[in-house]
Parts: sequence; C-alpha cells; structure tokens
Amino acid sequence: MTKRRNISLHVPDPVSRPGDAPNFSELIIPEAGSVQKPAFDSKEQTLRDLPFALIRTLDDNGLAKGDWKPEVENDDLIFALETMILNRAFDARMFVAQRQGKTSFFMKTSGEEALGVVPSIALRSDDMCFPTYRMVGWLLARGYPLTDLMNQIFNNAADPLQGRQLPILYSAREYGFYSLSGNVGSRIGHGVGWAMAKAYRELDSLAMAVIGEGTTAEGDFHESLTFASVYKAPVILCVTNNQWAISTFSGIAGANETTFAAKALGYGIPGLRVDGNDVLAVWSVMQWAEKRARAGLGATLIEFFTYRAEGHSTSDDPTQYRPKDEASAWPLGDPLERLKQHLISQKLWDEARHQQAVAEAEAKVKEASKASEAIGVLGTSKSGIEEMFNHVFEKPDWRILEQMKELGL
Amino acid sequence: MPSMNMIQALNSALDVMLERDPDVLIFGEDVGYFGGVFRVTDKLQEKHGIQRCFDAPISEGGIVSTAIGMSAEGLRPVVEIQFADYILPAYDQLVSEAARLRYRSGSDFTAPITVRSPYGGGIFGGQTHSQSPEAIFAHITGLKTVIPATPYDAKGLLISSIECNDPVIFLEPKRIYNGPFDGHHDQPLKSWKEYPEADVPEGHYTVPLGKSRIVRDGSDITVLAYGTMVYVAEAAIKEANIDAELIDLRSIVPLDIDGIVASVKKTGRCLIVHEASKFGGFGGELSALVTERCFYYLEAPTQRVAGWDTPYPHAFEWDYFPAPSRIVKALEKAMKV
Repeated sequence: MTKRRNISLHVPDPVSRPGDAPNFSELIIPEAGSVQKPAFDSKEQTLRDLPFALIRTLDDNGLAKGDWKPEVENDDLIFALETMILNRAFDARMFVAQRQGKTSFFMKTSGEEALGVVPSIALRSDDMCFPTYRMVGWLLARGYPLTDLMNQIFNNAADPLQGRQLPILYSAREYGFYSLSGNVGSRIGHGVGWAMAKAYRELDSLAMAVIGEGTTAEGDFHESLTFASVYKAPVILCVTNNQWAISTFSGIAGANETTFAAKALGYGIPGLRVDGNDVLAVWSVMQWAEKRARAGLGATLIEFFTYRAEGHSTSDDPTQYRPKDEASAWPLGDPLERLKQHLISQKLWDEARHQQAVAEAEAKVKEASKASEAIGVLGTSKSGIEEMFNHVFEKPDWRILEQMKELGL
Repeated sequence: MPSMNMIQALNSALDVMLERDPDVLIFGEDVGYFGGVFRVTDKLQEKHGIQRCFDAPISEGGIVSTAIGMSAEGLRPVVEIQFADYILPAYDQLVSEAARLRYRSGSDFTAPITVRSPYGGGIFGGQTHSQSPEAIFAHITGLKTVIPATPYDAKGLLISSIECNDPVIFLEPKRIYNGPFDGHHDQPLKSWKEYPEADVPEGHYTVPLGKSRIVRDGSDITVLAYGTMVYVAEAAIKEANIDAELIDLRSIVPLDIDGIVASVKKTGRCLIVHEASKFGGFGGELSALVTERCFYYLEAPTQRVAGWDTPYPHAFEWDYFPAPSRIVKALEKAMKV
C-alpha cells in the first residue's frame, strides 16, 4: 500500500477557539434585499439557487429592502417585538431560578427569539408546530400562561405535565405546540405524518417541524424529507442553524461542504436559506412556504441562519469551546435589536416605549414567577405520586395497579 | 361461516376496519397495489382507494414516525413492517416516541398506531427473515405486544389492536399464515380448512387484548406458548402423553396473569415455549412471574424451551427451531420431579 501525502483523515475544526478572536470572515453575507423572490407556486427546478443564497430584508439601518419584504400588519410586528422582549425576560428569570436550585435544568432562547415568535404569529391556530426546545416564543405569542410554563419548569404541584417530564419539554395541543422530548430530531417525522393526515382529510391546515443543524445528521431528518417529498405533505420543515450543537460546531454536521437548505435539493423540494435574526425575512419565508403548502404544493425546507448567543443549556459553559465574545461579533446582529431599530425607523416605536415594554415584561414574569414559586419549586412541591403511574397506557394494566398498591397508593 | 387462513383473516380485519372507520389507513413497503409480500393487504387498495392503502419508502423509521404523527392528529394508521427483522430502524420511534408520547404529554397527544409485522422462523428465511423480537417490545412500558395463533384470533385481535388507543406491536407468526405447523417439518403441510379456529365471521368482532386462551385443559403441567409454538407444544404434549394444560397467551402485553396463575396453581408445574433466543427472552419474565406468584404450588422448577442463543442460522433451521422432541424432553423432565 502506498502512503500518499495528499490523503489524510479530514476532521473539520472551527476557525476560532477560546483565546482566539472571533472570526466570521468566511461567511458570505449578501446585501439586504438582494435575493429575488420567486412566485410561491414556482416549480422547484427553478428555485435551485435559493438554498445557497441568504434571504435578508433588514439592512444595517433597519430599513426593509427588496421583494422579500413580508405583508405584515404593523401591530403584528409590534406584538412580535413585545413577545421577544417577554421571551428574553422569561429566559433571564428562569436561568437565575435554575442557578438558585429551583429547577434542575433550563435552556435559553437567546438570539433565536424570532424563530419561535414569528412562525407562531404568522401561522394559523389550527396549524401544529413540532418545535425544538428553543421555541418557547411560540407559546408566549399564543398567550400560554407564564405560570403554567414555570409550574412545568419547577415541576411543582400545578405542573400541567404532573412531574413526568424534564423542565421546558412542554406539551400544549390547544396552542398548536407538539409534545417536546429530549431526543432531538425524533419528532420531525411526526410533523410530516401530521401534515399527511391533514392532506388525507383534505384540510388546508399544516405542520411546521423544526430541528437543529446538528440533528440534520440523524436519519430522522432524511427519512422525513423523503416522506415529505414523496407524499407532498403540507409541512414546513425548518433547520435552526445556530452554528453550535452543544460544543460541536456546524462543520461537524456538514456546514463546511454545503448549506443546510441545500439538503432540500436531493429531495426535490424548495430550500430557502434565511437570516434568522431578521424578523421580516423570517416572516416572509414562512408566508411563502405557508402559501405553497396550503395550495397543495407540498413541503419547503427552510434554514434559519442564526447564532446561539449563549450556552446550549444551564449545563455547559460556552467559553470552554468558543471565543468568549463570539456572540457579540455575530455579523447578523441580534433579532430583537434589529426589529426594534426597524420599528423605530418606521416611527412605530421609540426608546421610551421600549424601556416601558421591557419593564412591563419583567414585571409580568416576576409576578408569574412569584405565583408559581408560591405553589412550590423542585424539591418543595410536586404532583401526587400517583401521577407517576398515570398516562402509561389509556387504562393501567395489572402491573401498574400492583405497583401503585406496593407504594401504598 | 367462511373458512379463512390467517392471511385471509387479517385481510378481512383490515377490510372491515377500512370500511367502518374513515380514520383507518394502511401503509408500508409493498402493501399497496401489490398487496404485501405475504398478501395480507391484497385488493385493499383496489377496494378502498390509494389513499387508504399505499406503498411506503423502504424506511421503517420513516413509516413508524409518520404513523405516529398521523395518530397524534387523530388517525388510526396500521403500518406493515415487512419482516419483524426489519423493525429495528423504527425502534427509536417505537421506544422513545410511540411508547412515551402519552406519558410525557399527560395524554395531550397519544399514538394509537398498529404496527403489523410477520415474525418467526420455519420458512428458511435465515437470520434476517426469521427472528422473534417480542421481548424487546414487551420490555418497553407503553407498548402492547400481541401475537395471534389462529385465524379467528388474528382477525379479532387485529381489530382490537386497531381500536386500541395505545400503540400496539402486532406480530404475525408467518409460519402458520397458511396452515398450522407442529414442528414436524418433514410431514405434509396442513391447511387451516380442517380446523374450527379457521371459521372466521365476515363482519366485525373483537378478541380482547390480555385474555389468554386455553387450548387444551389438563391437570399435570401448564404449558405457556404463543404464535407458532402453540401447535408445536400441542403436538409435543400428545407425543409425551402427558395431561398438560396448554395456554395460548395471545398477547404478552397486556399479559393474562390471572389465567396463568390459576392454571399453574392447579397443575403445580410450568413449561414455557418460545422461538426467540432463551437468554433475556420473554420466557424469563414468565418464569419469574410464575415463581413469584405460585412458588408454594410448584412441584418442579419451571422449564423453558426456546431458540438457542445464537443468531438464526439458515442451514440449521431445524436444529435451531424448538422441535416437539425438545418440548417432550422438557415435559418429561418437569414431570420426573
């Protein structure tokens, strides 16, 4: 066997690590408004450049540019901003609560608030979201009670899931929010199945199913794309590319070779790549994919190009694997700040109103948190122990009944 | 009453349910136009339309995953995994999702799917078309595991499974699809026609999950079996000339614990027979339950006859398959004590 100098095992590694200056020089960021918007019913064959583009509408001055500007009511944009502010206040309070030992675990949405909030407002109440754990904004936008979120996080006696599930893995059917699980990726196919069920019933309601860029390496992702494509399921499949899967950079999921939106090419469905920190652009691609799905034209794959501004969860310290100031160097900014800037530029918002909205959100969160903590937190309050045995089956079998008895129930 | 083999009975169950419930639909590999490699879905697409019975990509994980999504929405999908040996790509979906969705969401979402799959050996299918994976499902709380042994039960149990609001793994003993098989592979094939268990009503009926069937009354020893092994055990009991009580479990989850305990307390002995490998097999659970609940009634150690702890070997099919002679030996051993 000949040893060749040009062959060695290639293991991708990010450009910068702790101690290095953040380096995003390799990112190609087209100007806002530079990507053309095709008709929603365009043939997939004509859309094959889009997965390599980056759809942006908001420029550096917060002005909306180009034909991807969405059709959105001003009130909806303001509501989106207020909800993102609430999301951030909620995250801040719950993060501290975890550090205080009131719960075992929490995950912040930081930098990705647009991706829960915008689809929630853009889509209909009869649509179902198959979320990731960083999409609490969907629930906040639909008015899910803050105290119920916190009761779940604290696993207290009022926990809607009665202590059976990890913190933040909510389930809220009435709010179009599918049951979360700690196994990443295993629900994307459920979104496709749900959408197939809607098509089977000849209803125009749809599903949105989201996974992270790291999880695109799972078979679930590719199986789901196959089914979505084959059966033209009315589903919007989304990849949140926040650059980091815990400590693993997106290159380990293949980002150095192609885009995540481009995975759609192999399945013959449109792939859109969008600046996930640009609320207007996110709104716009959701509307485009939504129209397509409701018209019976099937699935779209959307890559939300964004940045996970903080740790994966309360269990990791991002300064151990990436430059400390990488988040602030992210060239696409912060979604909340950019929407704020846009609304101010349109005279729909101002700094005073913003400060007031922040104060109101913080007060709301504080009030809810007090109410929830009054019921109890992890270790001080929980549902009746019989709840451990409930909902295994529709009706318990003899094993459950005997074991309940053994525990004195 | 028409006589049906197990394939016809299963087909009839699916036909009845497609007719009765618009939420029922069927998909899987080769199940559509072709009607399935074992013909269980024969003509269902023609009769009920392509949207009620259709082909799926070769993607067991995708089949089960989309079925769960459909069932969460409110449909009652019945999917076929072509051979139980191929079910493993779907195992994550069955364990982490189907079995857990109800629990983790407090019944906010449920997964009333039925996963049909032919299992078991005796057809020269080698290690990829012969396995009996029931134990890996029985161990997963939240799943039900059903195994019929007669055409009548196959139809009634399948209808119960489809109507069940929990996920059901429905394992079909493919060696007895066309006729009962007693393990004597060198003898002529038997047809279901001569058996009263093949009298299958055309319409809707159910056989409840979790209720075993006494195949043969007896007083000397209780023999627990399911699927093909019911017939092998029956033949062995005759050959050993022992007054054994033979119980067909029908479903291992839910398990008819009362039926098992009543019989073992009566006979004082127990033999468990299954095709799956012995170590860690469902026989271990049955044996433990019998010991825990009937210890003071037992006159001999509980015996197990099972597949050897090897992968399923092709050329050694009949050396691997638990033969009546092995069961006879175990019966005699249990009776000697």
